Amino acid sequence: MASDGGTMINSKAASIKAELISNKKAGSYNHMVFSVGELAAHCKPGNFVAIKVGGPTSAMVLRRAFAIYRASMRSDGMGLLELVVAPYGNGSKWLASQEAGSVVDVIAPLGTSFGIPVEPVNALLVGGGYGSAPLFALAETLKQRGCRVDMVLGASTAAKIYAPLEGKRSVNSLTITTDDGSAGTMGRVSDVLSQLIQENEVDVIYSCGPMAMLQAITEISTAHDVVHQCSVEESMACGIGVCMTCVLPVQGDDGVIRMTRTCVEGPVMDGNRVLWSTSREIPDGVWGK
Amino acid sequence: MSINFSTSIAGRFFPTPIFTASGCAGSGKELSQFFPLTSLGAIVTKSIMIKPRSGRATPRMAETPSGMLNSIGLQGPGIDLFLENDIPWLRDQGARIIVSIAGESVEDYAVLARRLRNIPGISALEVNISCPNVENRGQVFACDPTTASDAISAVRKNIGGELPIIAKLSPDVTDIVSIAKSVVDAGADGLALINTLLGMVIDTNSMLPKLSQKTGGLSGPAVRPVAVRAIYQVRAALPEIPIVGMGGVSSGRDAFELVLAGANAVSIGTATFGDPLAAMSITRELEEIVEARGFSNFSDAVGYAHRMEQA
Repeated sequence: MASDGGTMINSKAASIKAELISNKKAGSYNHMVFSVGELAAHCKPGNFVAIKVGGPTSAMVLRRAFAIYRASMRSDGMGLLELVVAPYGNGSKWLASQEAGSVVDVIAPLGTSFGIPVEPVNALLVGGGYGSAPLFALAETLKQRGCRVDMVLGASTAAKIYAPLEGKRSVNSLTITTDDGSAGTMGRVSDVLSQLIQENEVDVIYSCGPMAMLQAITEISTAHDVVHQCSVEESMACGIGVCMTCVLPVQGDDGVIRMTRTCVEGPVMDGNRVLWSTSREIPDGVWGK
Repeated sequence: MSINFSTSIAGRFFPTPIFTASGCAGSGKELSQFFPLTSLGAIVTKSIMIKPRSGRATPRMAETPSGMLNSIGLQGPGIDLFLENDIPWLRDQGARIIVSIAGESVEDYAVLARRLRNIPGISALEVNISCPNVENRGQVFACDPTTASDAISAVRKNIGGELPIIAKLSPDVTDIVSIAKSVVDAGADGLALINTLLGMVIDTNSMLPKLSQKTGGLSGPAVRPVAVRAIYQVRAALPEIPIVGMGGVSSGRDAFELVLAGANAVSIGTATFGDPLAAMSITRELEEIVEARGFSNFSDAVGYAHRMEQA
């Protein structure tokens, strides 16, 4: 249940030094692979990692959070953690500039993971920009459970669509939207959702991307009475539940709306329980307002 | 040979001088996954208020060069749930507990002191009269000697018994020594120096303040020289008053700097956000440095930078 400080962080979380195995450009992003040992076995789709950036004398004091693209144990016992990094800010630019062989400080796995249905269902996965990253491993897991998996990826332009070939194999269909029409349908992911929900008789939507997109998906999923599990993106200082910066107003099991830490009780949350707001004010009805 | 690394604050014993800073470790549950809380000198809990509090809207945080702004606004469950959940849990861990309290009025501080006076297992009370994230700057008690004194005196009158009071002060004042003297006169047994400094960041893309409530508290290595200065000035003026120092400490070397300025213990705040194990590495490093400098007792290093003035 959601309460202030009442929920423990991911019980598998550990702080480790991880060697960068490879770093390759992929459109506007970098696909980065780290050796993380047995920790890889504990990473689930939806979990994130927090990485120290800038080196030992860096003026950047806070870690950067990244959704896990994929985590796997190789047959030789090596544990691999893969990330898709968008080099926009100084921290992610530093990380994306690292070369194979360098060692970074990683805390993983953190946060909640996507809930996997027990029975086969029809799932629709929706990603915005590099928000597609955690969805491919999720698609594989859902396929293994016998689910139908359709995917929609949207971005401002074609270079910002992250859809690797191996990822495409794990979905029944892939729809692409771009704001500028440089790939797929011109427009936003929310423009194509209603039709896909109806055509594929979707039971559950999984999403990851900017908050405005998650809010739009929630409105559509509510209208169609479809479950919506979303991975939210609120800026974090610590990633381990102590700083209270990454909060969102979320309704708990007891009906009470609390400012809830998205690093501990998220990033994967029930979209229908989030009070989406862009007003920069605490909504009415929140506990302790 | 190992040194005597313990410290005492107002007669309370702590096996090591490294504490957490209020608001940077919650009530310890999260950090306990990374190290046993008994390895800390004490855990200083997030400032608790009488009622549950939602805190401020997001964005609440902005990273700055060698630091960050926060504008949490004292989000917390209120004293009832805190006493019901957090204190028993911390006692079970065997942690030494310093409870931090914050109020919106002098009466709030009196009420909180009465609620805590008979709670077993608490080592001291930190009275936070300096949180910058309040609606009205006039509510920062520690910005004025009279209001600072009123808040501390309300706690002193209501706390009874032996629980030491540590007053947490703001560096955003013209003369921190006069504030320190006023709270000591009002009954503070020790001082916590320093709280964050009020700051602001404007996002040059949106061309608006980055934080929802515009201003926030600046912490991290950027403020360390301010902490060293404040601790040094207060130690010189009040040589007998114990000081819990804090402000941008991220290594044993940094902690030692605050100790030399006059801190009897050092709290770790923002560094924990970057590294949950920061307090542990700082503890190790500080002990090594104190020993390497030739001190056999940690307490002999406290205020050592003042020796030329005393000679």
